[in-house]
Amino acid sequence: MEEHVHHVEHPDMYDPESSKIGMWLFIFTELLLFGGLFLVYSVYRYMNPDAFHMAAVELNTTIGAFNTVILLVSSMTIAMSTSALQKGQKNLTIGLVVITFLIGIGFLVNKWFEWGVKFDHGIWPGSEHMIENMSQGEILFFGLYFVMTGLHALHIIVGLVVMGFAIRGVANGKVNPDRPSMLENAGLYWHLVDLIWIFLFPLFYLIT
Amino acid sequence: MHTTSAVNGANYLAYQGKYKGLLGWILSTDHKRIGLLYLYSIATMFSIGVLLGLAMKFELLAPGKTIMDAQTYNATFTVHGVIMIFMVVVPGLPAVFGNLMMPIMIGAKDVAFPKLNLLSWYLYVAGVVLVISALIFGNGTPDTGWTFYAPYSFKTGTNLLPAIFGAFVLGFSSILTGLNFLVTIHRLRCPGMKWTKLPLFVWTLYGTAWIQLLATPVVGITLVLVALERLFGVGIFDPALGGDPILYQHLFWIYSHPAVYIMILPAMGAISEIIPTFSQKHIFGYKAIIASTLSIAFVGYLVWGHHMYTAGMSGTAQYYFSLLTFIVAIPSAIKVFNWISTMYKGSINIQTPFYWAVSFIFVFMVGGLSGLVLGALATDIYVHDTAFVVAHFHYIVFGGTGFAFFAAMHYWFPKIYGRMYDKSWANIGWLVFTIGFLALYSPMFYLGMMGMPRRYYDYLPEFHGGNILSTFGSWIMVTGFVIILTNLIRSAKKGEPAEMNPWKSKTLEWTVTSPPPVLNFEIEPVLGEKDGPYNYE
Repeated sequence: MEEHVHHVEHPDMYDPESSKIGMWLFIFTELLLFGGLFLVYSVYRYMNPDAFHMAAVELNTTIGAFNTVILLVSSMTIAMSTSALQKGQKNLTIGLVVITFLIGIGFLVNKWFEWGVKFDHGIWPGSEHMIENMSQGEILFFGLYFVMTGLHALHIIVGLVVMGFAIRGVANGKVNPDRPSMLENAGLYWHLVDLIWIFLFPLFYLIT
Repeated sequence: MHTTSAVNGANYLAYQGKYKGLLGWILSTDHKRIGLLYLYSIATMFSIGVLLGLAMKFELLAPGKTIMDAQTYNATFTVHGVIMIFMVVVPGLPAVFGNLMMPIMIGAKDVAFPKLNLLSWYLYVAGVVLVISALIFGNGTPDTGWTFYAPYSFKTGTNLLPAIFGAFVLGFSSILTGLNFLVTIHRLRCPGMKWTKLPLFVWTLYGTAWIQLLATPVVGITLVLVALERLFGVGIFDPALGGDPILYQHLFWIYSHPAVYIMILPAMGAISEIIPTFSQKHIFGYKAIIASTLSIAFVGYLVWGHHMYTAGMSGTAQYYFSLLTFIVAIPSAIKVFNWISTMYKGSINIQTPFYWAVSFIFVFMVGGLSGLVLGALATDIYVHDTAFVVAHFHYIVFGGTGFAFFAAMHYWFPKIYGRMYDKSWANIGWLVFTIGFLALYSPMFYLGMMGMPRRYYDYLPEFHGGNILSTFGSWIMVTGFVIILTNLIRSAKKGEPAEMNPWKSKTLEWTVTSPPPVLNFEIEPVLGEKDGPYNYE
């Protein structure tokens, strides 16, 4: 009887289509969240073209490019994990998500060093060095740089947490070929994180 | 098997699940229970907001300091605004009646993501706690106004950070509710419930959900930027560091203008349920109402600049924003004509919800037409930042959303609680409330035209008369509110048992028992060709 009462309270409403629509809608909100920042970026770039040019030179294109490549690879591995799950290859699925997870960590480590170098040069939001030595446009550039890459890094961390749950789900069988939504949504989210970086990279590192 | 039917037959209020007492509510994923959680939280916040408004009106009873100084007055209107906007009218109808009724109206057992639904309520409560903590801790209550305009929002010494963060969390709650409703309406309609048979309240929730989803993130990131500005001084909105405070206003209103449609669309939806029910007639222009709902949702995105005519904007931009503002008024007018045409030659059954709905149309029209005065460039310069704006805003948001909320409350009350309220007290409450409302806000139109600025605790002696009337009005209105509240609370416990369909309505929620069973329907409903939400004989 206990079982039955439980059942009445939570009717099983699993519907892969609903999960997918829900995730896409959530992705729209994320795009608009970053959209606000891209809007601010374009306004200030338009107002301070020279300063944005000068400031962008200071960013390390090599680390940026390396991070772009590994993030693209990680998007591939998580897409492969979804296919592996469909084929019922449980261990391969877990392996591929773990690889994606590790690449995400690697991205954050690179970011850590990149930001660290900036801090060593006295560049952080509100630092005296910036206020004394930089033009207003450059201050804005670095302000946006830290806010946008910071918010992106936060999304990487959220993505890692979601992947953690996906790994556990696949391992204990709750995420399986019949109920793949959790992993698929983790993949969709990770692609979003990747996609935003694809825009951040040229805007900050390449357009100098 | 015997237990099964007993459990299925139990109504959602009496149902005893895995948890008892309070836990049975705050851990329940039943959309109806979550709707009631929202109702009680929002009613509590509304009452606090009303008390703050009452205090402001009392301050304005006489020129000079009456009960509070300028700083306290600034803090009071800030907190009044934050509570009323982010905690009452934005979640208002969707979170309460959307949750309580929408799944039943489309013939579903629950929303698409019941756990996410409960999470939305938790986020709502977390947002409320954060904002309240800003009032209690730190160096003084926020005093920026609910708009958090830069650069003052990062220059003020008051404890703004928790309030901003709270507003962000409340926005997140709103986004998740919108997402949940969109998926629910797309996926969980019962067989035969085609898009053209969807009750109009559901349609307006659908349009609202899109706005919640696509506009809220923009204000989310804007509030994050203000918080970062306060914490680190990134410079994005700080003119001293090259930032542009007007950009803040643009980003803020890109959300906050569509947000007024989050407030008003579901209100229009509820009215579109009530008018045909009590006219006992098919709604006039069903498809026109849907089209106007969707076009309001869409055009509403593009009019934010009309909040900023005097803030510094190119003449060309002003013309476009003004033109679009006039265009967005058209679909609202279409709805008004449709409601009135629905009543024409109907067999009108005058009951409390109908009184509320008709008075809604009146105050909404006054609010809407005065909005055109503000939407036109030349007249806006004259009345900008005066009491006229406050009057217009309260006619629309309080007169619109608030009246529709009370209309919906009196309409669905017998379904929600399975009991009927005392109708004569409900009518008296409506009358007193409406008289108070008109006395409270109408003088503000006049005061604004005469040049009384808003957001001051003091005013010139010549504005005394209008302010006395307005303050008296606030007392009458609160008396009405107390009558309404007392009647509803008493009736929820002791009212006469209600029938299944006391208003002879045609939508699905009236085909189940009052209060509805836990899973809404014993058998999944199927809509035939001739069935429909407004098919009256």
